[in-house]
Amino acid sequence: MARVRAFEYTTAASAAEAVLAVTPGTRFLAGGTNLYDLMKLGVEAPEAVVDVTRVPELARTDTSGPDELVFGSGARMADVAEDPVLLRDYPALAQSLALAASQQLRTMATVGGNLLQRTRCAYFRSTAHPCDKREPGTGCPVRGGLDRGFAVLGLGETCVAVYPGDWAVALLAFDAVIDVLGPSGTRTVPLGDLHRLPGSTPHLEHTLAQDELITAIRVPTTRAGRASTYLKIRDRESYAFALTSAAAALAFDGDAVTEARIAVGGVATKPWRSREAEALLVGGPLTQETARAAGEAIFAEAVPGRHNGFKIELGVRTVADALFHAARTGESR
Amino acid sequence: MRRMLVKVSVNGSPVELDLDPRESLLDVLRERLELTGTKKGCDHGQCGACTVHLDGRRVVSCLTPAVQADAREVTTIEGVAADDGTLHPMQRAFVENDALQCGYCTPGQIMAAIACVAEGHAGDDASVREYMSGNLCRCGAYPGIVAAVREVAQGWPA
Repeated sequence: MARVRAFEYTTAASAAEAVLAVTPGTRFLAGGTNLYDLMKLGVEAPEAVVDVTRVPELARTDTSGPDELVFGSGARMADVAEDPVLLRDYPALAQSLALAASQQLRTMATVGGNLLQRTRCAYFRSTAHPCDKREPGTGCPVRGGLDRGFAVLGLGETCVAVYPGDWAVALLAFDAVIDVLGPSGTRTVPLGDLHRLPGSTPHLEHTLAQDELITAIRVPTTRAGRASTYLKIRDRESYAFALTSAAAALAFDGDAVTEARIAVGGVATKPWRSREAEALLVGGPLTQETARAAGEAIFAEAVPGRHNGFKIELGVRTVADALFHAARTGESR
Repeated sequence: MRRMLVKVSVNGSPVELDLDPRESLLDVLRERLELTGTKKGCDHGQCGACTVHLDGRRVVSCLTPAVQADAREVTTIEGVAADDGTLHPMQRAFVENDALQCGYCTPGQIMAAIACVAEGHAGDDASVREYMSGNLCRCGAYPGIVAAVREVAQGWPA
Protein backbone atom coordinates (compact mmCIF):
# COMPACT_ATOMS: atom_id res chain seq x y z
CA MET A 1 0.00 0.00 0.00
CA ALA A 2 2.91 2.30 0.65
CA ARG A 3 3.27 3.14 -3.02
CA VAL A 4 -0.36 4.00 -3.52
CA ARG A 5 -0.91 7.71 -3.50
CA ALA A 6 -3.63 8.80 -1.08
CA PHE A 7 -6.93 9.42 -2.84
CA GLU A 8 -10.47 10.45 -2.07
CA TYR A 9 -12.99 7.64 -2.49
CA THR A 10 -16.64 8.23 -3.24
CA THR A 11 -19.41 6.00 -4.53
CA ALA A 12 -21.96 7.12 -7.09
CA ALA A 13 -25.59 6.02 -7.04
CA SER A 14 -26.25 6.97 -10.66
CA ALA A 15 -24.25 7.54 -13.82
CA ALA A 16 -25.15 11.24 -13.76
CA GLU A 17 -23.93 11.53 -10.18
CA ALA A 18 -20.67 9.80 -11.12
CA VAL A 19 -20.00 12.18 -13.98
CA LEU A 20 -20.75 15.26 -11.88
CA ALA A 21 -18.41 14.04 -9.13
CA VAL A 22 -15.40 14.23 -11.44
CA THR A 23 -12.78 16.85 -10.64
CA PRO A 24 -9.33 17.14 -12.27
CA GLY A 25 -7.35 14.07 -11.23
CA THR A 26 -10.41 11.87 -10.75
CA ARG A 27 -10.79 8.41 -12.26
CA PHE A 28 -13.79 6.13 -12.42
CA LEU A 29 -13.31 2.86 -10.51
CA ALA A 30 -15.19 -0.26 -11.57
CA GLY A 31 -13.78 -3.77 -11.13
CA GLY A 32 -10.40 -2.35 -10.16
CA THR A 33 -8.48 -5.19 -11.77
CA ASN A 34 -6.50 -2.78 -13.94
CA LEU A 35 -6.69 0.66 -12.29
CA TYR A 36 -6.08 -0.49 -8.71
CA ASP A 37 -3.30 -2.80 -9.91
CA LEU A 38 -1.58 0.11 -11.66
CA MET A 39 -2.09 2.32 -8.59
CA LYS A 40 -0.25 -0.28 -6.53
CA LEU A 41 2.59 -0.13 -9.04
CA GLY A 42 2.72 3.66 -8.88
CA VAL A 43 1.86 3.85 -12.59
CA GLU A 44 -1.55 5.40 -11.93
CA ALA A 45 -1.93 7.98 -9.16
CA PRO A 46 -5.43 9.51 -9.21
CA GLU A 47 -6.29 12.14 -6.61
CA ALA A 48 -9.80 10.75 -6.34
CA VAL A 49 -11.80 7.77 -7.55
CA VAL A 50 -15.53 7.54 -8.09
CA ASP A 51 -16.73 3.98 -7.61
CA VAL A 52 -19.38 3.16 -10.22
CA THR A 53 -19.94 -0.47 -9.24
CA ARG A 54 -23.11 0.38 -7.31
CA VAL A 55 -24.85 2.12 -10.21
CA PRO A 56 -27.77 -0.18 -11.10
CA GLU A 57 -28.36 1.29 -14.58
CA LEU A 58 -24.83 0.37 -15.67
CA ALA A 59 -25.44 -3.33 -15.04
CA ARG A 60 -28.35 -3.57 -17.47
CA THR A 61 -27.73 -6.04 -20.29
CA ASP A 62 -30.31 -6.95 -22.93
CA THR A 63 -29.43 -9.35 -25.72
CA SER A 64 -33.04 -10.16 -26.65
CA GLY A 65 -33.76 -7.27 -29.01
CA PRO A 66 -34.16 -7.72 -32.78
CA ASP A 67 -31.90 -4.81 -33.76
CA GLU A 68 -29.08 -4.66 -31.26
CA LEU A 69 -27.39 -6.29 -28.30
CA VAL A 70 -26.99 -3.95 -25.33
CA PHE A 71 -24.37 -4.46 -22.66
CA GLY A 72 -24.36 -2.16 -19.66
CA SER A 73 -20.78 -1.05 -19.06
CA GLY A 74 -20.93 -2.32 -15.49
CA ALA A 75 -21.90 -5.88 -16.43
CA ARG A 76 -19.23 -8.32 -15.34
CA MET A 77 -17.15 -10.13 -17.94
CA ALA A 78 -17.91 -13.53 -16.38
CA ASP A 79 -21.65 -12.94 -16.66
CA VAL A 80 -21.66 -11.62 -20.23
CA ALA A 81 -19.40 -14.53 -21.27
CA GLU A 82 -22.24 -16.90 -20.35
CA ASP A 83 -25.12 -14.95 -21.85
CA PRO A 84 -27.21 -17.63 -23.64
CA VAL A 85 -27.83 -15.45 -26.69
CA LEU A 86 -24.12 -14.71 -27.12
CA LEU A 87 -23.20 -18.37 -26.71
CA ARG A 88 -25.67 -19.35 -29.42
CA ASP A 89 -25.64 -16.44 -31.86
CA TYR A 90 -22.33 -14.61 -31.30
CA PRO A 91 -19.78 -17.17 -30.10
CA ALA A 92 -16.90 -14.85 -30.99
CA LEU A 93 -18.11 -12.28 -28.46
CA ALA A 94 -18.62 -14.88 -25.72
CA GLN A 95 -15.25 -16.50 -26.41
CA SER A 96 -13.38 -13.20 -26.39
CA LEU A 97 -14.54 -12.74 -22.79
CA ALA A 98 -14.18 -16.34 -21.62
CA LEU A 99 -10.62 -16.61 -22.95
CA ALA A 100 -9.49 -13.44 -21.17
CA ALA A 101 -7.85 -13.33 -17.74
CA SER A 102 -9.02 -15.78 -15.05
CA GLN A 103 -12.49 -16.48 -13.69
CA GLN A 104 -11.70 -14.43 -10.57
CA LEU A 105 -10.72 -11.41 -12.64
CA ARG A 106 -13.65 -11.86 -15.02
CA THR A 107 -16.00 -11.94 -12.04
CA MET A 108 -14.63 -8.57 -10.92
CA ALA A 109 -13.92 -6.79 -14.19
CA THR A 110 -16.62 -4.98 -16.15
CA VAL A 111 -17.19 -5.05 -19.89
CA GLY A 112 -16.93 -1.26 -20.01
CA GLY A 113 -13.72 -1.00 -18.02
CA ASN A 114 -12.19 -3.78 -20.06
CA LEU A 115 -12.31 -1.65 -23.21
CA LEU A 116 -9.86 0.78 -21.62
CA GLN A 117 -7.51 -1.84 -20.17
CA ARG A 118 -3.99 -0.49 -20.40
CA THR A 119 -1.06 -2.22 -22.04
CA ARG A 120 0.87 -5.01 -20.31
CA CYS A 121 4.20 -3.62 -21.54
CA ALA A 122 6.62 -4.41 -18.71
CA TYR A 123 8.39 -1.06 -19.10
CA PHE A 124 5.10 0.82 -18.86
CA ARG A 125 4.27 -1.14 -15.69
CA SER A 126 7.64 -0.45 -14.07
CA THR A 127 8.42 3.02 -12.76
CA ALA A 128 12.11 2.03 -12.76
CA HIS A 129 12.20 2.35 -16.56
CA PRO A 130 11.61 5.23 -18.95
CA CYS A 131 8.34 5.07 -20.85
CA ASP A 132 6.86 7.57 -23.28
CA LYS A 133 3.37 6.31 -22.53
CA ARG A 134 3.69 6.67 -18.78
CA GLU A 135 5.90 9.78 -18.77
CA PRO A 136 5.95 11.52 -22.14
CA GLY A 137 9.39 12.48 -23.34
CA THR A 138 11.36 9.97 -21.30
CA GLY A 139 11.90 7.60 -24.23
CA CYS A 140 11.34 3.90 -24.75
CA PRO A 141 13.76 0.99 -24.21
CA VAL A 142 11.79 -1.50 -26.30
CA ARG A 143 12.90 -1.04 -29.90
CA GLY A 144 15.96 -3.08 -30.70
CA GLY A 145 15.59 -4.71 -27.28
CA LEU A 146 13.21 -7.16 -25.65
CA ASP A 147 10.31 -6.64 -28.03
CA ARG A 148 8.93 -10.19 -28.42
CA GLY A 149 5.47 -9.37 -27.15
CA PHE A 150 5.13 -6.08 -28.94
CA ALA A 151 3.11 -4.76 -31.86
CA VAL A 152 3.83 -5.10 -35.57
CA LEU A 153 0.88 -2.94 -36.69
CA GLY A 154 -0.01 0.65 -35.86
CA LEU A 155 3.42 1.52 -34.50
CA GLY A 156 4.05 4.88 -32.92
CA GLU A 157 7.13 7.03 -33.29
CA THR A 158 8.52 5.38 -30.18
CA CYS A 159 5.73 3.34 -28.58
CA VAL A 160 5.05 -0.18 -29.88
CA ALA A 161 3.04 -1.43 -26.89
CA VAL A 162 0.25 -3.84 -27.68
CA TYR A 163 -3.38 -3.16 -26.87
CA PRO A 164 -3.91 -6.23 -24.68
CA GLY A 165 -7.67 -6.79 -24.75
CA ASP A 166 -9.78 -9.39 -26.54
CA TRP A 167 -13.36 -8.16 -26.09
CA ALA A 168 -12.73 -4.88 -27.93
CA VAL A 169 -11.22 -6.81 -30.84
CA ALA A 170 -14.33 -8.97 -31.17
CA LEU A 171 -16.62 -5.96 -30.72
CA LEU A 172 -14.77 -4.07 -33.43
CA ALA A 173 -15.46 -6.88 -35.89
CA PHE A 174 -19.18 -6.49 -35.14
CA ASP A 175 -19.35 -2.69 -35.59
CA ALA A 176 -20.05 -2.04 -31.91
CA VAL A 177 -20.68 1.47 -30.63
CA ILE A 178 -20.40 2.82 -27.10
CA ASP A 179 -22.71 5.24 -25.32
CA VAL A 180 -20.83 7.80 -23.30
CA LEU A 181 -22.25 10.14 -20.66
CA GLY A 182 -20.56 13.45 -19.92
CA PRO A 183 -21.59 16.62 -18.10
CA SER A 184 -23.26 17.96 -21.22
CA GLY A 185 -25.14 14.79 -22.12
CA THR A 186 -24.82 11.53 -23.98
CA ARG A 187 -22.96 10.81 -27.18
CA THR A 188 -22.36 7.65 -29.17
CA VAL A 189 -18.89 6.68 -30.33
CA PRO A 190 -18.11 3.92 -32.84
CA LEU A 191 -15.76 1.49 -31.14
CA GLY A 192 -13.31 2.02 -33.98
CA ASP A 193 -13.00 5.65 -32.90
CA LEU A 194 -12.42 4.91 -29.21
CA HIS A 195 -8.76 3.90 -29.26
CA ARG A 196 -6.02 6.10 -30.67
CA LEU A 197 -2.86 5.20 -32.50
CA PRO A 198 0.20 6.08 -30.42
CA GLY A 199 1.83 8.37 -33.00
CA SER A 200 3.92 10.89 -31.07
CA THR A 201 1.45 10.93 -28.15
CA PRO A 202 1.33 7.37 -26.77
CA HIS A 203 0.09 8.64 -23.41
CA LEU A 204 -3.23 9.48 -25.10
CA GLU A 205 -4.86 6.08 -25.53
CA HIS A 206 -8.50 6.91 -26.19
CA THR A 207 -10.78 9.71 -27.29
CA LEU A 208 -12.93 10.07 -24.16
CA ALA A 209 -12.73 13.12 -21.94
CA GLN A 210 -11.76 12.58 -18.33
CA ASP A 211 -15.34 13.19 -17.16
CA GLU A 212 -16.96 10.93 -19.72
CA LEU A 213 -18.27 7.56 -18.55
CA ILE A 214 -19.00 4.61 -20.81
CA THR A 215 -22.57 3.64 -19.95
CA ALA A 216 -23.30 0.94 -22.53
CA ILE A 217 -21.90 -1.02 -25.44
CA ARG A 218 -24.27 -1.70 -28.32
CA VAL A 219 -23.80 -4.22 -31.13
CA PRO A 220 -26.04 -4.29 -34.22
CA THR A 221 -27.46 -7.76 -34.77
CA THR A 222 -26.11 -9.71 -37.74
CA ARG A 223 -26.58 -13.26 -38.93
CA ALA A 224 -22.81 -13.42 -39.38
CA GLY A 225 -22.64 -13.78 -35.61
CA ARG A 226 -23.61 -17.44 -35.77
CA ALA A 227 -20.63 -18.32 -37.94
CA SER A 228 -18.09 -16.57 -35.76
CA THR A 229 -15.14 -17.38 -33.58
CA TYR A 230 -12.48 -15.74 -31.46
CA LEU A 231 -9.21 -17.62 -31.82
CA LYS A 232 -6.50 -16.72 -29.33
CA ILE A 233 -2.94 -17.99 -29.58
CA ARG A 234 -0.90 -17.82 -26.37
CA ASP A 235 2.34 -19.00 -24.83
CA ARG A 236 0.28 -21.20 -22.50
CA GLU A 237 -3.11 -22.76 -22.97
CA SER A 238 -5.03 -20.53 -20.56
CA TYR A 239 -4.75 -17.32 -18.53
CA ALA A 240 -2.35 -15.46 -20.79
CA PHE A 241 -2.51 -12.48 -23.10
CA ALA A 242 -2.65 -13.09 -26.83
CA LEU A 243 0.46 -13.41 -28.94
CA THR A 244 -1.96 -13.23 -31.84
CA SER A 245 -5.73 -13.42 -31.95
CA ALA A 246 -8.46 -13.08 -34.51
CA ALA A 247 -12.18 -12.47 -34.37
CA ALA A 248 -13.80 -13.79 -37.54
CA ALA A 249 -17.44 -13.82 -38.61
CA LEU A 250 -18.94 -14.94 -41.90
CA ALA A 251 -22.26 -15.16 -43.70
CA PHE A 252 -22.82 -17.33 -46.77
CA ASP A 253 -25.22 -17.65 -49.66
CA GLY A 254 -24.67 -21.26 -50.65
CA ASP A 255 -20.89 -21.56 -50.84
CA ALA A 256 -20.30 -17.89 -51.50
CA VAL A 257 -19.23 -15.58 -48.71
CA THR A 258 -21.65 -12.64 -48.54
CA GLU A 259 -20.28 -10.99 -45.42
CA ALA A 260 -16.89 -11.21 -43.74
CA ARG A 261 -15.70 -9.55 -40.57
CA ILE A 262 -12.12 -9.84 -39.33
CA ALA A 263 -10.30 -8.08 -36.49
CA VAL A 264 -7.01 -9.02 -34.88
CA GLY A 265 -5.48 -8.65 -31.43
CA GLY A 266 -2.12 -9.13 -29.76
CA VAL A 267 -0.33 -7.65 -32.75
CA ALA A 268 -1.32 -3.98 -32.85
CA THR A 269 -1.31 -0.87 -30.72
CA LYS A 270 -5.12 -0.77 -30.82
CA PRO A 271 -7.89 -3.17 -31.84
CA TRP A 272 -7.29 -3.70 -35.55
CA ARG A 273 -9.77 -4.39 -38.33
CA SER A 274 -9.11 -4.74 -42.05
CA ARG A 275 -11.84 -3.94 -44.56
CA GLU A 276 -9.43 -4.84 -47.36
CA ALA A 277 -9.05 -8.35 -46.01
CA GLU A 278 -12.80 -8.69 -45.61
CA ALA A 279 -13.42 -7.54 -49.19
CA LEU A 280 -11.06 -10.24 -50.51
CA LEU A 281 -13.35 -12.91 -49.11
CA VAL A 282 -16.72 -11.65 -50.29
CA GLY A 283 -18.22 -13.09 -53.46
CA GLY A 284 -16.44 -16.43 -53.58
CA PRO A 285 -16.12 -19.60 -51.55
CA LEU A 286 -13.86 -19.75 -48.50
CA THR A 287 -10.75 -21.69 -49.51
CA GLN A 288 -7.30 -22.18 -48.03
CA GLU A 289 -6.05 -19.66 -50.57
CA THR A 290 -8.62 -16.94 -49.88
CA ALA A 291 -8.34 -17.38 -46.12
CA ARG A 292 -4.58 -17.02 -46.25
CA ALA A 293 -4.83 -14.06 -48.63
CA ALA A 294 -7.11 -12.32 -46.13
CA GLY A 295 -4.55 -12.87 -43.39
CA GLU A 296 -1.74 -11.60 -45.59
CA ALA A 297 -3.74 -8.50 -46.44
CA ILE A 298 -4.09 -7.63 -42.76
CA PHE A 299 -0.37 -7.99 -42.15
CA ALA A 300 0.80 -6.45 -45.46
CA GLU A 301 1.98 -3.30 -43.70
CA ALA A 302 3.33 -5.06 -40.61
CA VAL A 303 6.75 -3.94 -39.37
CA PRO A 304 8.70 -6.54 -37.40
CA GLY A 305 11.06 -5.60 -34.60
CA ARG A 306 13.94 -7.65 -33.32
CA HIS A 307 12.15 -10.61 -31.70
CA ASN A 308 8.52 -10.28 -32.74
CA GLY A 309 8.71 -11.02 -36.46
CA PHE A 310 7.14 -14.43 -35.82
CA LYS A 311 3.87 -12.66 -35.08
CA ILE A 312 3.39 -11.83 -38.75
CA GLU A 313 3.28 -15.42 -40.04
CA LEU A 314 1.54 -16.57 -36.84
CA GLY A 315 -0.99 -13.79 -37.29
CA VAL A 316 -1.68 -14.73 -40.91
CA ARG A 317 -2.28 -18.34 -39.89
CA THR A 318 -4.41 -17.28 -36.92
CA VAL A 319 -6.68 -15.33 -39.27
CA ALA A 320 -6.90 -18.23 -41.74
CA ASP A 321 -7.67 -20.74 -38.99
CA ALA A 322 -10.21 -18.43 -37.40
CA LEU A 323 -12.07 -18.11 -40.70
CA PHE A 324 -12.42 -21.89 -40.98
CA HIS A 325 -13.38 -22.20 -37.31
CA ALA A 326 -16.06 -19.57 -37.92
CA ALA A 327 -17.38 -21.34 -41.01
CA ARG A 328 -17.55 -24.69 -39.20
CA THR A 329 -19.26 -23.07 -36.22
CA GLY A 330 -21.93 -21.74 -38.57
CA GLU A 331 -22.46 -25.17 -40.15
CA SER A 332 -23.08 -26.77 -36.77
CA ARG A 333 -25.81 -24.29 -35.81
CA MET B 1 -7.90 12.03 2.50
CA ARG B 2 -11.09 10.83 4.13
CA ARG B 3 -11.13 7.50 5.90
CA MET B 4 -14.16 5.32 5.27
CA LEU B 5 -16.33 3.51 7.80
CA VAL B 6 -17.66 0.29 6.35
CA LYS B 7 -19.64 -2.68 7.61
CA VAL B 8 -18.69 -6.04 6.20
CA SER B 9 -19.79 -9.57 6.99
CA VAL B 10 -16.72 -11.75 7.31
CA ASN B 11 -17.38 -15.47 7.56
CA GLY B 12 -20.84 -14.71 8.88
CA SER B 13 -19.79 -12.21 11.54
CA PRO B 14 -20.45 -8.48 11.20
CA VAL B 15 -17.29 -6.39 11.23
CA GLU B 16 -16.98 -2.63 11.31
CA LEU B 17 -13.85 -1.20 9.76
CA ASP B 18 -12.33 2.27 9.62
CA LEU B 19 -10.47 2.12 6.32
CA ASP B 20 -7.88 4.02 4.41
CA PRO B 21 -9.31 3.70 0.85
CA ARG B 22 -5.92 2.43 -0.30
CA GLU B 23 -6.16 -0.76 1.75
CA SER B 24 -6.77 -3.98 -0.14
CA LEU B 25 -9.25 -6.51 1.17
CA LEU B 26 -6.33 -8.93 1.36
CA ASP B 27 -4.32 -6.69 3.68
CA VAL B 28 -7.35 -5.96 5.86
CA LEU B 29 -8.10 -9.68 6.24
CA ARG B 30 -4.55 -10.58 7.08
CA GLU B 31 -3.24 -7.59 9.00
CA ARG B 32 -6.30 -6.25 10.79
CA LEU B 33 -8.62 -9.23 11.17
CA GLU B 34 -5.79 -11.74 11.64
CA LEU B 35 -7.32 -14.07 9.06
CA THR B 36 -3.98 -15.16 7.66
CA GLY B 37 -5.32 -18.22 5.85
CA THR B 38 -5.75 -16.01 2.79
CA LYS B 39 -2.28 -15.76 1.28
CA LYS B 40 -0.42 -12.92 -0.42
CA GLY B 41 1.46 -14.26 -3.41
CA CYS B 42 1.98 -11.71 -6.18
CA ASP B 43 -0.32 -8.95 -4.83
CA HIS B 44 -1.20 -8.12 -8.46
CA GLY B 45 -3.99 -10.52 -9.40
CA GLN B 46 -1.75 -12.94 -11.22
CA CYS B 47 -1.42 -15.95 -8.89
CA GLY B 48 -4.81 -16.50 -7.21
CA ALA B 49 -3.37 -17.22 -3.73
CA CYS B 50 -5.58 -14.48 -2.24
CA THR B 51 -8.87 -15.78 -3.68
CA VAL B 52 -11.89 -15.24 -1.42
CA HIS B 53 -15.64 -15.09 -2.03
CA LEU B 54 -17.43 -11.74 -2.16
CA ASP B 55 -21.20 -12.23 -1.99
CA GLY B 56 -20.55 -15.87 -2.87
CA ARG B 57 -18.44 -15.24 -5.96
CA ARG B 58 -14.71 -15.65 -6.26
CA VAL B 59 -12.48 -12.59 -6.46
CA VAL B 60 -8.83 -11.86 -5.90
CA SER B 61 -8.72 -9.95 -2.63
CA CYS B 62 -5.42 -8.25 -3.54
CA LEU B 63 -7.16 -6.24 -6.30
CA THR B 64 -10.30 -5.58 -4.28
CA PRO B 65 -10.14 -2.25 -2.46
CA ALA B 66 -11.52 -3.13 0.97
CA VAL B 67 -13.97 -0.20 0.77
CA GLN B 68 -15.71 -2.03 -2.09
CA ALA B 69 -16.69 -4.78 0.39
CA ASP B 70 -18.99 -2.37 2.24
CA ALA B 71 -22.34 -4.04 3.02
CA ARG B 72 -21.21 -7.26 1.38
CA GLU B 73 -20.35 -10.76 2.56
CA VAL B 74 -16.78 -11.98 2.54
CA THR B 75 -15.95 -15.67 2.94
CA THR B 76 -12.38 -16.80 3.48
CA ILE B 77 -10.80 -20.20 3.89
CA GLU B 78 -11.39 -19.86 7.65
CA GLY B 79 -15.13 -19.78 6.96
CA VAL B 80 -15.69 -22.89 4.87
CA ALA B 81 -15.46 -25.67 7.48
CA ALA B 82 -18.46 -26.47 9.68
CA ASP B 83 -18.69 -24.90 13.13
CA ASP B 84 -17.68 -28.19 14.76
CA GLY B 85 -14.50 -28.27 12.68
CA THR B 86 -15.70 -30.78 10.10
CA LEU B 87 -13.83 -29.98 6.92
CA HIS B 88 -15.62 -28.67 3.84
CA PRO B 89 -15.90 -31.45 1.23
CA MET B 90 -13.41 -29.56 -0.95
CA GLN B 91 -10.87 -29.39 1.88
CA ARG B 92 -11.29 -33.11 2.46
CA ALA B 93 -10.93 -33.85 -1.25
CA PHE B 94 -7.69 -31.84 -1.39
CA VAL B 95 -6.28 -33.91 1.47
CA GLU B 96 -7.40 -37.20 -0.01
CA ASN B 97 -6.15 -36.43 -3.52
CA ASP B 98 -2.72 -35.08 -2.54
CA ALA B 99 -3.75 -31.78 -4.11
CA LEU B 100 -0.97 -29.84 -2.44
CA GLN B 101 2.63 -29.98 -1.46
CA CYS B 102 3.90 -26.82 0.26
CA GLY B 103 0.34 -25.60 0.79
CA TYR B 104 0.86 -21.90 0.14
CA CYS B 105 -1.54 -21.71 -2.81
CA THR B 106 -4.03 -24.12 -1.20
CA PRO B 107 -6.42 -21.66 0.52
CA GLY B 108 -6.81 -19.79 -2.76
CA GLN B 109 -7.12 -23.03 -4.71
CA ILE B 110 -9.88 -24.27 -2.40
CA MET B 111 -11.82 -21.02 -2.52
CA ALA B 112 -11.54 -21.01 -6.32
CA ALA B 113 -12.44 -24.71 -6.47
CA ILE B 114 -15.60 -24.31 -4.39
CA ALA B 115 -16.68 -21.51 -6.73
CA CYS B 116 -15.69 -23.51 -9.80
CA VAL B 117 -18.07 -26.30 -8.80
CA ALA B 118 -20.85 -23.93 -7.74
CA GLU B 119 -20.61 -22.09 -11.07
CA GLY B 120 -21.02 -25.36 -12.97
CA HIS B 121 -17.55 -25.25 -14.49
CA ALA B 122 -16.34 -28.60 -13.16
CA GLY B 123 -18.12 -30.91 -15.60
CA ASP B 124 -14.93 -32.39 -17.07
CA ASP B 125 -11.19 -32.20 -16.55
CA ALA B 126 -10.65 -29.68 -19.35
CA SER B 127 -13.22 -27.31 -17.89
CA VAL B 128 -11.66 -27.60 -14.43
CA ARG B 129 -8.24 -26.78 -15.86
CA GLU B 130 -9.61 -23.78 -17.73
CA TYR B 131 -11.63 -22.38 -14.84
CA MET B 132 -8.90 -23.04 -12.26
CA SER B 133 -6.17 -21.47 -14.40
CA GLY B 134 -6.17 -18.31 -12.30
CA ASN B 135 -4.59 -20.23 -9.42
CA LEU B 136 -0.93 -21.05 -9.83
CA CYS B 137 0.77 -23.90 -7.96
CA ARG B 138 4.55 -23.83 -8.08
CA CYS B 139 4.78 -27.32 -6.58
CA GLY B 140 2.88 -28.61 -9.60
CA ALA B 141 0.10 -30.34 -7.71
CA TYR B 142 -2.27 -29.73 -10.62
CA PRO B 143 -3.23 -33.38 -11.30
CA GLY B 144 -4.33 -33.77 -7.66
CA ILE B 145 -6.18 -30.46 -7.75
CA VAL B 146 -8.12 -31.46 -10.86
CA ALA B 147 -8.94 -34.84 -9.27
CA ALA B 148 -10.15 -33.18 -6.07
CA VAL B 149 -12.38 -30.69 -7.88
CA ARG B 150 -13.85 -33.40 -10.10
CA GLU B 151 -14.51 -35.65 -7.10
CA VAL B 152 -16.42 -32.94 -5.29
CA ALA B 153 -18.29 -31.93 -8.45
CA GLN B 154 -19.54 -35.47 -8.92
CA GLY B 155 -20.97 -35.57 -5.41
CA TRP B 156 -22.31 -32.02 -5.50
CA PRO B 157 -26.04 -31.63 -4.84
CA ALA B 158 -27.68 -30.78 -8.16
